[in-house]
Amino acid sequence: MKADDQKRLLREMIFYRRFEERSFEAYMERKIGGFLHLYSGQEAVATGVLEMARCGHDYVITGYRDHVHALKAGAPPREVMAELYGKVTGSSRGRGGSMHIFDPSVNFMGGYALVGQPFPLAAGLALAAKHKGTDQIAICFLGDGANNQGTFHETLNMASLWKLPVLFVCENNLYAIGTRIDRSSAVIDQYKRVGAYNIPSSQHDGQDIDVVMAAARTAIDHVRGGSGPYFIEFMTYRQRGHSMSDSNAYRSKEEERQWAERDPIKIYGDRLKKARILTDKDIADLEKSVLDEIENEVVRFAEESPEPRVEDLNKYCLDDQPNPQWIGPLVQGDQHG
Amino acid sequence: MADMAYWEAIRRAHDEELAHDRMVIAMGEDIGVAGGTYKATSGLYQKYGAERIIDTPISENSYTGIGIGASMAGVRPIIEIMSINFALLALDTLINAAAKIRYMSGGRASCPIVMRTPGGTAHQLAAQHSARLARMFMSTPGLRVVTPRGPLDAYGMLKSAVRCNDPVIIIEHESMYNMRGEVPDEESFRPLEGAEIVRAGTDVTLIGYNYSVHLCLAAADKLASMGLSAEVLDLRALRPIDRDTIRRSVEKTHKVVIAEEDEAAVGVGAEIISVIIEECFFALDAQPVRVHAADVPVPYNRLLEKAAIPNADDVLAAALKVLGRV
Repeated sequence: MKADDQKRLLREMIFYRRFEERSFEAYMERKIGGFLHLYSGQEAVATGVLEMARCGHDYVITGYRDHVHALKAGAPPREVMAELYGKVTGSSRGRGGSMHIFDPSVNFMGGYALVGQPFPLAAGLALAAKHKGTDQIAICFLGDGANNQGTFHETLNMASLWKLPVLFVCENNLYAIGTRIDRSSAVIDQYKRVGAYNIPSSQHDGQDIDVVMAAARTAIDHVRGGSGPYFIEFMTYRQRGHSMSDSNAYRSKEEERQWAERDPIKIYGDRLKKARILTDKDIADLEKSVLDEIENEVVRFAEESPEPRVEDLNKYCLDDQPNPQWIGPLVQGDQHG
Repeated sequence: MADMAYWEAIRRAHDEELAHDRMVIAMGEDIGVAGGTYKATSGLYQKYGAERIIDTPISENSYTGIGIGASMAGVRPIIEIMSINFALLALDTLINAAAKIRYMSGGRASCPIVMRTPGGTAHQLAAQHSARLARMFMSTPGLRVVTPRGPLDAYGMLKSAVRCNDPVIIIEHESMYNMRGEVPDEESFRPLEGAEIVRAGTDVTLIGYNYSVHLCLAAADKLASMGLSAEVLDLRALRPIDRDTIRRSVEKTHKVVIAEEDEAAVGVGAEIISVIIEECFFALDAQPVRVHAADVPVPYNRLLEKAAIPNADDVLAAALKVLGRV
């Protein structure tokens, strides 16, 4: 990988971290409501996998911890932030919020609150790609907790049976909300659960973006090559709680400290410094430019954007401009049978 | 005009829509090689192939979800669920995903799926094959729910549902697949909205949907033989409900009976009476009456099943009651 790309990747991860932390601040100021699930600590997974995909072309779908996946897929940051603010300029016009970022213009097909629901939706996107005869693939990011849903088993079975071009990315952050994996899954290594469905799978470090990219390259080549689905598990850790109301009472400070040492931004930054691609000052400059961009271009846009109009409450429930040929009105006296 | 069975009408709609648009696919249990439990997809596997007529495993929630995901990317799936009882397994992807995706994406994504499923009691299929459940779907914003009462609507509404950009639930009926009726020879469509005055009358309005329309028609015949004129209204669509046609009929007859095969609580009849009260309370000359199933899981025994489910005589008795003839 070229040095410019390495610098870009580091900046992207710093940007995503700052985006999440800035969201947290806005949440504390009550500018963002509802639930807010932050991705801090897991950046290398979405960034690394999607770096190897064709963003804008491939379909990407995930759960409710969705901001960074949307951003890397190509959703404009200002629109994602505006969505968190509930503004009409947001990715989902203020109707979805943090957990439901959508940007079909770049084939980011949504964040979903139902753990396990994106499995079949992703397989369906893959089925559509296959049916249309394109070389698109669908990439489904979910946490380890989702694997205890029936949709995991049902979908893996059908995806394998029908050789659908779908990549399942398991972000194993060790906790299903507040329940540790050894207390919720009879099998700890999630990639081993997939063998029953005749799908190749592997497990990797999710904190080192170079490892993530190498593993994703293999998996994506497999899927795009027409060999059917692939399941890839990355071991990672969320630095913040499950959501804002999380006391983190279920895990130890020592465990948090150990994972903080394996911060993906730190790992990659240190590597680029060691390779003399970047200096400490370069990284400080990157951080400064990210701060400026998020404050002046992203947050300002969200703050200054208008709210949705209350008169538009019922909009988007059904097709707002349906073809009367399919809908009606019915002509009375036209009946038969 | 061709005289055809309800299942043949559904099959014809599939065939025409599959031929019209390569993005149309069908998926469900046993619909392909086996030809469909109710024959509604028979022969289509041979004609359109395994890629478009997809036999699924018994995994209702996820194959529905796969259909929904495909629909978000331009495919138009017709999803068959073998019995509405099994549709309960698919409620997560249907109600939490298909019904909400357009809204929660601010109109940027849509899920143009069709789900076909038979509700209703047939012949001693017992509690887990006899649910009706229309009320569950009709209460969900983001869905369209239609209930074709005969071959014409079964054909024309399925065709409209495939073309429509919203998720459409078509509730068929186990006991109607062999019912016959006229369908035009030329291609045609039937709208997904609008209640229909199936039989005009002046003394009482009998409201039904799906199978219960036929109970209303049979009751109307008996009333006619007694010199009483019943208007029979087929709701056709349970979501959205055609409030205007209901109001106009009630303003004409001033008396209403609602026949539903389902249990009464939080049901179709309850909703229709609310609509009538909101639209035209002062047009009523008598208290509306619901004809509905007994408040029990459907029993297996023939006599018990018969006692649990309303019939035309029950509708007749209710009509005579609102007409003050008992």
